[in-house]
Amino acid sequence: MTTESLPFPGLPSGLQGVPTSDAPQNRKEFTSDQEVRWCPGCGDYAVLAAVQGFLPDLGLRRENIVFVSGIGCSSRFPYYLDTYGMHSIHGRAPAIATGLATSRSDLSVWVVTGDGDALSIGGNHLIHALRRNVNMTILLFNNRIYGLTKGQYSPTSELGKVTKSTPMGSLDNPFNPVSLALGAEGTFVARTVDSDRKHLTSVLSAAAAHRGTALVEIFQNCPIFNDGAFDELKGPETKETAIIPLVHGEPIRFGPAAEDGLGGKGVVRDQATGSVRVVDVASPDNPDGVDPSEVLVHDAHAGDPTTAFALSRLTDAGYLHQAPIGIFRQVEHPTYDDLAREQIATARGGEDDEGHALAGLLNSGDTWTVV
Amino acid sequence: MTKQVKQLDRVIIRFAGDSGDGMQLTGDRFTQETATFGNDLSTLPNFPAEIRAPQGTLPGVSSFQVHFADHDILTPGDSPDVLVAMNPAALKANLGDLKKGATIIVDSHDFTTRNLNKAGYPENPLETDALDEYAVHAFDLTDMTVEAVKEFGLSRKDAGRAKNMFALGLLSWMYGRPTEPTIGFLERRFAKVPDIRDANVTSFKAGWNFGETTEAFVVSYEIKPAPMAAGTYRNITGNLALAYGLIAGSTQSGLPLFLGSYPITPASDILHELSKHKRFDVTTFQAEDEIAGIGAALGAAFGGALGVTTTSGPGIALKSETIGLGIMLELPLLVVDVQRGGPSTGLPTKTEQADLLQAMFGRNGEAPVPIVAPQSPADCFDAAVEAARIAVTYRTPVMLLSDGYLANGSEPWRIPEVADLPEIDPGFATEANHTNAKGEQEFWPYLRDQETLARPWAVPGTPGLEHRIGGLEKGEGHGNISYDPANHDFMVRTRQAKVDRIADSIPPLAVDDPSGRARVLVLGWGSTYGPIGAAVRQVRNSGLDVAQAHLRHLNPFPKDLGEVLKSYDAVMVPEMNLGQLSMLLRAKYLVDVVGYNHVRGLPLRAAELADAITDLVETTSSSAEPSSTVESVETTKETVR
Repeated sequence: MTTESLPFPGLPSGLQGVPTSDAPQNRKEFTSDQEVRWCPGCGDYAVLAAVQGFLPDLGLRRENIVFVSGIGCSSRFPYYLDTYGMHSIHGRAPAIATGLATSRSDLSVWVVTGDGDALSIGGNHLIHALRRNVNMTILLFNNRIYGLTKGQYSPTSELGKVTKSTPMGSLDNPFNPVSLALGAEGTFVARTVDSDRKHLTSVLSAAAAHRGTALVEIFQNCPIFNDGAFDELKGPETKETAIIPLVHGEPIRFGPAAEDGLGGKGVVRDQATGSVRVVDVASPDNPDGVDPSEVLVHDAHAGDPTTAFALSRLTDAGYLHQAPIGIFRQVEHPTYDDLAREQIATARGGEDDEGHALAGLLNSGDTWTVV
Repeated sequence: MTKQVKQLDRVIIRFAGDSGDGMQLTGDRFTQETATFGNDLSTLPNFPAEIRAPQGTLPGVSSFQVHFADHDILTPGDSPDVLVAMNPAALKANLGDLKKGATIIVDSHDFTTRNLNKAGYPENPLETDALDEYAVHAFDLTDMTVEAVKEFGLSRKDAGRAKNMFALGLLSWMYGRPTEPTIGFLERRFAKVPDIRDANVTSFKAGWNFGETTEAFVVSYEIKPAPMAAGTYRNITGNLALAYGLIAGSTQSGLPLFLGSYPITPASDILHELSKHKRFDVTTFQAEDEIAGIGAALGAAFGGALGVTTTSGPGIALKSETIGLGIMLELPLLVVDVQRGGPSTGLPTKTEQADLLQAMFGRNGEAPVPIVAPQSPADCFDAAVEAARIAVTYRTPVMLLSDGYLANGSEPWRIPEVADLPEIDPGFATEANHTNAKGEQEFWPYLRDQETLARPWAVPGTPGLEHRIGGLEKGEGHGNISYDPANHDFMVRTRQAKVDRIADSIPPLAVDDPSGRARVLVLGWGSTYGPIGAAVRQVRNSGLDVAQAHLRHLNPFPKDLGEVLKSYDAVMVPEMNLGQLSMLLRAKYLVDVVGYNHVRGLPLRAAELADAITDLVETTSSSAEPSSTVESVETTKETVR
């Protein structure tokens, strides 16, 4: 077997090639005439509002935006946006979006999925989309429960969770979606929270601008079947110590402020294991803490995903008391769809006389003529 | 030495050897020589699913049968006139198929105690009377090959590997085949390894010269070219013709071709072939699984491509849910099923027609899919173009049912003129099609064409036609989600009616009944066309009347099929399954057709089928009422045996 060295084109923005709108747009234009049918208090409303509010800012032509979803509560999302959309079947949205994105360079392709859709029935498609790096943005609504089927545990539910299908407690070890995406060679992996409109919008903007597969895990509350799953990250008194903010180029500090005005807790690398852990930062009140200079500075652009993976492990696997939020990884890598189109362009070499070429193809090989 | 040349009208040769002996290549080259010479021909490759089964064993035997003639022929033939056996296992595995008096050419080199034991021969059949009923020519082809190529300094093992070309040379002499195509082929194929190239060419020529000089063969044979319609021809396998048909469907519709596929025997060659033709704006996507293959194809179809997925029966099982989505979305999609022996993994390299009911019904809900089936290797081209026409015109997934025999078998193909291919109009929607109560223009994605019942195909990027579609039931016209009972009933009936209306666009069933007196019709579909045609000829040659018809469209059927069935006293339906078309015909037309069913992984044998047809014709003519029940019972016994 031989290996071709592929031409890596310059890596443009995720939106390059998508026609832009001449006129300014507003959120109303992106709102469809369909009645939204999620449960009152569902976190999905907040995400929908954020997306409807943020899409006009992209300045793309509405007809060149496509939302593809699978099955689940969140997968009703495309019906509520006045763009092109497809509500497909359970778990398959990344596969469908791969075909669409590969055959159409002029579309901004979005996938809306949930923890069951993306990580259980559709797990295979998710990891392969990530490794191929197809130009699409995947919004993974993680409520850590099956909502549409009324309350069974999901692949992100904590071990021991009592649900309708696990009356004595779930035996399934959960996935950490960020760890999974990083392990699947994800080039853009981020996490945000449904209730933090500002953060949500900034992460989605960065995801849309990324050329390749961008995976955004959105912690999303299900008020009916898993209410309060993310309360620690949202409570005014708890969130300061629960959220570990990841900002590229900044030290990873959080919690009540230390002397230097940054958080009193910090993430440092454990020299013995190479992993990372949370420590107290030294201050007059706490002289035993580590020196602020030892705190890890977040580098989302690092080529090696090791540190990003280590950071993802700071997420509690059980009930969430603590989780990093932000962009874990954002690196440039050629996309499958760009390379596929490049091969076709090379093979065509500017020719477009299909009829002539077809006759040539049909008459290729050993032929003979009967008169 | 001047040798006698004898005229023959047709010959069946089977090349058989170990999986590693290069029998497929040998057969393929002989076929190309024969095609170039101008005979009509039909081939049957037959090989194990294992890439390299244990050497010298019966499961490791690979064979290639070619039937060629000075007239048009329909099948690769039931029983070879000539068997070329490269080892004891190849002899043993194929001897049962030979007629008495058949010629057997054997490479005696491997007839050692060890290899005879592996093949289960207690004694060397070349030294006993076991082969007395045949004309046996045993030579040490391997030693002769090694001797012929010694100047190239290859190891004995490498030199011996050219023995297949020696055998090819010998047979090429015997049947007066042109040698230039094979020499040219070897020079191209081994251009980068001169010693291997020279050894193969030399071995091939040595085999030819051996035939000409040895006194073992006093006769060579001539099979004159077959009369064929004027035109340019090439030899083509079903998979290649199908791939070309898909490209033609793409160029004729102006839609870029997007293939989403996962490797599976015997369909993978279509993926390989299409991946070579990116020049035609063909994208081939080797997906992570069967489901992603069809999913990506459907996604591309949503974007305005000609979406195609290729697979075999097990893959169809995995794609079923997405086919259902395609039916609901009403998007064009080609689903190619190259059928193989089932169920489950079954017989991956063997042929069968047992996916008809899967294609017809293998989905949840009322989910009709049009079905098109090619009847011969070359016909895979036209069938693929027809499937593309239906898919694009009616906005629906279409099932194209090929099979393992068609996929790998070959025949001469008269290359069509591109100008004669049908134009396929995608007719994309470009503007609003409905005025709402407020007097505003809107786009309704399920507002149908009144003639075809097809819905408008509006692709992303078309301004003003933004819409959402999905797997949930939608309201008539506007296409928004609807749980209304009456609407669901209406939509279920409408989707069925749309598929039924395809019958308006297909020709009436062509019935071949030369005497016009036949009381028995033989009706088939798919690759049984050849054996049925050959069997019907044999029956007619014996002075009996019988009619033949073959279905290209399995869903919907041609509109006149019911009348045709009822105009005969008896209808026989030969199939390589346990009676799947028979079941559909009985259900739809209340005609008690007589099944003729074999599921041996091989094409039906024409001679056996001819006997069954003769029995039915005689029973029918001797009774006012045809006794189809009796025949059915016999057929069942046959199946069990």
